[in-house]
Amino acid sequence: MNSRFLAAAIFAQVACASALDGQVQIHDPSTIVRCDGKYYTFGTGGTTLVSDDGWTWARGVRPSRSGMAPDIIQLGDRYCLYVARNIGAQPRADINMIWSKTLDPNAPGYKWEEGGVVASSDGVEDCNAIDPGLFHDPTDGRLWLVYGSYFGYLRLIELDPKTGQRLSPDLPPVNIAINCEAPVIIYREGWYYLLATHGSCCRGADSGYNIRVGRASKVTGPYLDHTGTPMLLGGGKLFVTSSGRVIGPGHFGILDLGDGVQRFSCHYEADLDRGGTSVLDIRPLLWKDGWPAAGDNPKEGTYQIESVRTGTTLELAVEGIPVGGRRARRGGGAGGPGGFGGFGGPALEPIPPQDVAQVSTNWPAGKVAVRMANYLCQAQQKWTLAPVANAGGYPGSPYFKITVAGTDRALAATEEGELVTLPAFTAGPEQLWRLDQLTDGTWRIMPKSVPNSKESLALSAIGSSFATLARFNPASDKQRWLFKAP
Amino acid sequence: MIVFSRVVMRGALLAGLAILAVGAADTSLRSAPSLTPADSTEKAPSAEGFLQRWLILEPIRANGLTDSIVQAAVKADYFPGQFTLVPRNGDAVMVGGTNLTWHAVDTKEYNVNLYHFARALGKPTSFVLFWAVTVVNCREETPGVRLAIGSNAASVWWVNGEEVIGIYGDRQTVIDDGVSKRLSLKKGPNIVRAAIINGGGATDFCARFLDSEDKPLKGFTLTVGHAAK
Repeated sequence: MNSRFLAAAIFAQVACASALDGQVQIHDPSTIVRCDGKYYTFGTGGTTLVSDDGWTWARGVRPSRSGMAPDIIQLGDRYCLYVARNIGAQPRADINMIWSKTLDPNAPGYKWEEGGVVASSDGVEDCNAIDPGLFHDPTDGRLWLVYGSYFGYLRLIELDPKTGQRLSPDLPPVNIAINCEAPVIIYREGWYYLLATHGSCCRGADSGYNIRVGRASKVTGPYLDHTGTPMLLGGGKLFVTSSGRVIGPGHFGILDLGDGVQRFSCHYEADLDRGGTSVLDIRPLLWKDGWPAAGDNPKEGTYQIESVRTGTTLELAVEGIPVGGRRARRGGGAGGPGGFGGFGGPALEPIPPQDVAQVSTNWPAGKVAVRMANYLCQAQQKWTLAPVANAGGYPGSPYFKITVAGTDRALAATEEGELVTLPAFTAGPEQLWRLDQLTDGTWRIMPKSVPNSKESLALSAIGSSFATLARFNPASDKQRWLFKAP
Repeated sequence: MIVFSRVVMRGALLAGLAILAVGAADTSLRSAPSLTPADSTEKAPSAEGFLQRWLILEPIRANGLTDSIVQAAVKADYFPGQFTLVPRNGDAVMVGGTNLTWHAVDTKEYNVNLYHFARALGKPTSFVLFWAVTVVNCREETPGVRLAIGSNAASVWWVNGEEVIGIYGDRQTVIDDGVSKRLSLKKGPNIVRAAIINGGGATDFCARFLDSEDKPLKGFTLTVGHAAK
């Protein structure tokens, strides 16, 4: 395990997954798409969820056709929604496409048009034509549809990227996996990844749903898992399964936020904090050794904030006091802090954590700068992250405040694009922080806004002892941070 | 041993300040392996942007590296005009009853080795404070830049009289360790001033400016003044 993922794991121990805010009940959500600044997802039974920021969700308008486990993709100026239905006893089913120029019911051009059937199963063949997943290949522009649910194979067909309708209906579908459902293909760095849901569906807190993945060098497969087992023989590397208070993740969808920041959406069969109902979630998508991995959204806790670039830690710019007090290096006698003598003597008592109430009496009262230093477990180096209610958010998470642990002293952006701490948190947008876990498991830390600026800036380590705000550069370590348990 | 070849009062310029001047020829740093005497011409920064021409005052006794001790030490009143004057090579100041001389030096390295400097002059190298000054000449106003320094050990830095960096504690020189907030260099001369306090052992510093993209700033020159012979 590399250090970045170790840090991510540390964070994960403290911060288990959290689901979204608002009306998030849905089953089998589609890929989340953006339209005119809003986020949309469509689920089984005509459920539509919409959000302005990706954190707080509300019920939207049902599309003209509803059914099972839709998926959606933008093709040119049209949004194409693929909806499955049973047309007899399972596995007899078909997948219909409908399209609209917008997803906003109040916008001109909102009208769902029928696009026809793109795939079907006759109830006899070894496939159940539901659970469509769209894939627009970035390498050649070809459009593919993968579908299927437990009855035999997941299948792949090619669609026309101009119309969203099927290309070459006479060509037989390609079987690419077996005994799973809710497939989606994504592409990264020369590999096609097939993510599909295994386990039992629709049993609430007794659902064994989990998402697994295989990869192939061609879109048509063969898709193998990390052990080399073909997904056509039931293989699949675990991507995400139940954890904490959420049970049965399924129906993967990718949400690319740009600048190398990726999320995935899914539903949990049961959120134990919401009465065991099925809910939407959005979580960081990580990549490790050529495989996708599920990250976690941030949650309240106290952390050391360490720069990936410099290895130094963010601290309030005050004179630190060594934990346990100042001791002479060689004067420890029986081996006090910093002393080398006294090994083999009586057992030494643990030094208690530094009391911020005590050491902060010497801190200035007003605005205090921040800087970076070697981590010494001192009070000014520990930061508490706490979600802020009713302040909005971003896909997967609310905004957080970042305060010196044990105090209300809050990290803030200045109108000069620099950092400062304020004596108290007042919920201003310059004190609200967006925490994005990046694909390597590190974190990007951005203020909601910088005073007098429209630029999005991120916490940036441009010196070993100094941090500022700067435009995010995905190719640099300057804006990558680790949250470590102090 | 420092040889004062000629001492001239700079009364006309410095109006009663107890500052002394000596001739420009300074051969006393010959044994400093990384340093050479600096002349009065303009010098460009290194390829990596490092400022390699400085006026450095012979060390002053100082002890302590914590934030508060360093701040108190650098703000103590050592000699008149210590935060405003632009010294010249050979100028001398009286500190605690001792004449200390400014030396114009070029470094062959990215850093300025103060241990070499003090040892070559027969001065103490540990538990001392060094003042260093250079003049950055810009062809045009240059906004959005940052001073980026490293020092062994603690140091405090000023640009055109404004304190812009303070780094504290027993530390080694790391490139771009302390970095200022964004600042503007004005057209013409800009004064960069530093106070470096060493604990024990080696001591040095490095400095450069970073542009708005955090790349080394170039396109300016460095000069240091020389007393008239």
